[in-house]
Amino acid sequence: MSIQNNRLSDSEYRLNFEDIHPPFETREGALVEANRCLFCYDAPCTKSCPTSIDVPTFIKQIATDNLKGSAKTIFDSNILGAGCSRVCPVEKLCEGACVYNLLEEKPISIARLQRYATEPAIQEKWPLYPRKASTGKKVAVVGAGPAGLSAAHVLARNGVEVTVYEKEAKGGGLMTYGVAAYKVTPEFCQDEVDYILSVGGIDVKYNQELGKNVHLSDLQQQYDAVFLGIGVGIARGLDIPGENLEGVVDAISYIYDIRTKSFQEVPVGDKVVVIGLGMTAIDAATQSKRLGAKEVTIVYRRTENEKPCTDEEVDIARLDGCQFVWLAAPKEVIGQNGKVTHLVCSKMKLGEADASGRRAPVDTGETFTLETDMVIKAAGQIPFENLISTNGLVHKNGKVTIASDGSTNLKGIFAGGDCVNGGKEVVDAVQAGKVGAGSILKYLEL
Amino acid sequence: MANIQSNFLGIKSPNPFWLASAPPTDKKINVMRAFEAGWGGVVWKTLGSQVKNVSSRYSAMDIGGQKIVGLNNIELISDRPLELNLREIREVLKEFPDRAMIVSLMADNDRKSWHEMVKKVEDTGAHGIELNFGCPHGMTERGMGAAVGQDPEIARMVVEWVMEVATIPVITKLTPNVHSVVPAGRAVVEAGTNALSLINTIQSVTGVDLDTLVPNPNVGGQSVFGGYCGPAVKPIALKMLTTIAQDPLTAKVPVSGIGGVSTWKDAAEFLLLGASNVQVCTAVMKYGFRIIDDLTSGLSNWMDEKGFEKLEDFIGKSVPKMTHWEDLDLNFHVTAKINPDACIHCGLCYIACEDASHQAIAKKDGFPYNDYTVKEEECVGCNLCKLVCPVADCITMEEHRVAPEYLNWPEFQKRGLPLNDH
Repeated sequence: MSIQNNRLSDSEYRLNFEDIHPPFETREGALVEANRCLFCYDAPCTKSCPTSIDVPTFIKQIATDNLKGSAKTIFDSNILGAGCSRVCPVEKLCEGACVYNLLEEKPISIARLQRYATEPAIQEKWPLYPRKASTGKKVAVVGAGPAGLSAAHVLARNGVEVTVYEKEAKGGGLMTYGVAAYKVTPEFCQDEVDYILSVGGIDVKYNQELGKNVHLSDLQQQYDAVFLGIGVGIARGLDIPGENLEGVVDAISYIYDIRTKSFQEVPVGDKVVVIGLGMTAIDAATQSKRLGAKEVTIVYRRTENEKPCTDEEVDIARLDGCQFVWLAAPKEVIGQNGKVTHLVCSKMKLGEADASGRRAPVDTGETFTLETDMVIKAAGQIPFENLISTNGLVHKNGKVTIASDGSTNLKGIFAGGDCVNGGKEVVDAVQAGKVGAGSILKYLEL
Repeated sequence: MANIQSNFLGIKSPNPFWLASAPPTDKKINVMRAFEAGWGGVVWKTLGSQVKNVSSRYSAMDIGGQKIVGLNNIELISDRPLELNLREIREVLKEFPDRAMIVSLMADNDRKSWHEMVKKVEDTGAHGIELNFGCPHGMTERGMGAAVGQDPEIARMVVEWVMEVATIPVITKLTPNVHSVVPAGRAVVEAGTNALSLINTIQSVTGVDLDTLVPNPNVGGQSVFGGYCGPAVKPIALKMLTTIAQDPLTAKVPVSGIGGVSTWKDAAEFLLLGASNVQVCTAVMKYGFRIIDDLTSGLSNWMDEKGFEKLEDFIGKSVPKMTHWEDLDLNFHVTAKINPDACIHCGLCYIACEDASHQAIAKKDGFPYNDYTVKEEECVGCNLCKLVCPVADCITMEEHRVAPEYLNWPEFQKRGLPLNDH
């Protein structure tokens, strides 16, 4: 057993990481699906979308060959509509609410149609948003992730001069650095960011990290308002013995490696154990398998019924050959010569429901041991609490406290996205950016 | 099992489905294939004076991904040599003596030409003749086709010429490009036609190409009005058919129903409104002859379910149910009812009623599904909600009579009853 890179051939890597949700190949294919849409009124799909995309309208526009109108309908609500069409857990959002489900029929493939309408807009750079004349107002946006980009686009097209400070070398945030590569490719993320920026009036300063290269107090002075979309970043530790052994990695930095290096360069173990069952856990597990791991086991402390990810995500993992161990909580990582060899788990059972409404796992006192050479921690992320508190922002467990309009306790400073909600979907962050930017426009009396 | 054998003026066919005079019946190879597939009869594509066809010839109207809801053509009558057609008709008759062979004719507008044509057709052994008084394009400019059918007196004259020599049954095909088909129908019945058929195609423009700005179909950058047919024209055909069935004179002759017949259901409707058989074209142009299997089995199964043993048991059965508006019962009242268990919460009934009818559906907001109920006191019973509902039988129209007795409009006025207050 060992952790190694370069396990597969180029063509195997290519095959393993190709687009998992292929687009409609032809106009006819899209039209068949678009014409199936009933064009519901006060549509459940729209209501189930955090950004409230007018789904029936954009689908009707596809059906009438008004593709520009369709893309505009989507982007009006969600400027990252193209990316969301690939990464959204649609089975619990729009597609999950499609009325066809109530007829026991396949829901409309909303995500694929959304991709069909938005992809040409990005590839052909359709100028759908003529920018208003500059107002002379300046706003700083911290973080070029979904929340920040969404806010920047709303502000820029309304004539604000926007400067975005991004700590990474590229924009897109977790879309670029934290999602499985078979959902969105780095090229796609770059194209999407470029398209958003093409509205004009947005200057992105890369490799500028808040608290290091830039400081909130300076931004407050230099700009008329600030939007914070700094996300969450620190992987939650397991707090168990052996966590520092070589071979224990966190899912966020592991996926970051996959997204920033070539697949050949990323090492993976023979027997990988992933701890947790959110989307990130699935992305880490499936990509381990696709990088050539022989066995991948997902360890989760509750049962399948309580899982935070969707059925579809579990299916992807199962089809990739990942194993699941339910009702198991990591207790100790055991190593030899400083390297991981085993993971000891506690057997759990389900007790009373907890605050989330799900039955909580309770330790039975029994344990079992898994052989492993790589343990990936995907037990969630924790906010940048230190950074937030030292800047005087009111917060709760590191999550920035905001009013419904996105304003923080500091004058002219707004926030939204993962740094506020602790880590939700891309689409939630886009909505938060939209709301924050709308409030900033009001605050600036624009 | 129901007997779907058809007897039209003594012309027998194993089923009431004939192929209308059109491209599918313009040569032996097609007609042989049609008969092999099981079609009951054909009306051979119109023979007459020599013509030359253009390219392109068809255009269509598609709706919501449904192709060819309506088809438009600018093709003329048969452009093959007359002798070739006559020889092939003879050959097919020999191969399939049990099928109906009708030949469509459109001679030059003089007595001698018609006489010659009728005789040539009769020499083939064909079972009947259909007079094409309906073609709306190309031939009209020469005083033929719809130019004949649109003028009852010209139509009468031509039928009289034909009847002078015809010894086999004559069917006169009527054009719908008139305000009513009844005057021409009456004229040709008086002139002695043995039967009628309707409708021929309706003059139309199916659309304009939004790139070239040339209307469809495009013939070298130009277009002309064409003849419209297919499912889209069925309601118009049924109306015209019914007027023929209602007129005491035209009702005396059998009618071959034409106009958008695509399924056995369409055929049953044509027969219920007075047609003795039906002619099909567009559905075959779209799908081929193979649709005959469902046409016959569907009709037969429906007849079994309804207890009809033969076609004559229900031909014309719905005609008496068509009345004048002023004879309708004003005390008959229905209101919509939404079955909450069947409802899929699409909201289509609500928005249709709200924006286009009587604001008679209440919406109770929910996440993500709203609930919809009918405000019975506001509902006028228009059917719109039921029509837009995508779920069969989710919305039903329940009868709630205003009063037990029958009350028509003249009586309503006589009694001085109040008008609606909303």
